[in-house]
Amino acid sequence: MKLDVLYFAWLRERIGLSQERIETEARTVAELVSELRAREDRYDLAFSDLSAIRVAVDQDLTEFDAELTDAREVAFFPPMTGG
Amino acid sequence: MTVRVQQAPFALGAELDSFAAGRTDMGAIVSFTGVVRDVATGDLDVMEIEHYPGMTERAIGKIVDEAKARWSLGDALVIHRYGRMGPGDRIMMVATAAPHRVDAFAAAEFLMDYLKSRAPFWKKEISGAGASWVAATDEDEAALTRW
Repeated sequence: MKLDVLYFAWLRERIGLSQERIETEARTVAELVSELRAREDRYDLAFSDLSAIRVAVDQDLTEFDAELTDAREVAFFPPMTGG
Repeated sequence: MTVRVQQAPFALGAELDSFAAGRTDMGAIVSFTGVVRDVATGDLDVMEIEHYPGMTERAIGKIVDEAKARWSLGDALVIHRYGRMGPGDRIMMVATAAPHRVDAFAAAEFLMDYLKSRAPFWKKEISGAGASWVAATDEDEAALTRW
């Protein structure tokens, strides 16, 4: 499965990328995070505290146990600060 | 219902005039404006706002739909900027129109509470002391529970 993975705010800065396309067999967001963390230290560090991270699958806010069936885009970011 | 996510500044008076124009059925129009505040260090140079194009419009649209379902609302307007701003610059505005003021005030407050922590925007403050991301507060999250 090919996925576009997006990073925003300090996650983008820590990982050094705003977007990448990856090939993965991860079934859930949590599995995807484990895969990313195993890649390199910068990912491992960026994802070290999941309570400080929010996730959206195909632009809908969701939880880390969400399934990735048919997903095309997964985005990770800190809690929002709009307004 | 109008949602605009833009880099450019907006003219508050003109936006409100056009929002209010020709409404004979709405007795109340409420508006809120968010302004870049130089509070942390007193030497804020720039506020940089990042967002998630595509999801931002969608998330705000859902919040507006939710407000419509909860209150008797004739119309709503949300404008939120992204990019670089300075102290005193306007970040965003919300306006609501309703037959009665109770609905207009409540819907505007609801929209603000949800925009703060459910619309994908992130603020970074750049000052003489360096750059830091504005952290979300427990109060912001707690504000959602009253709805």
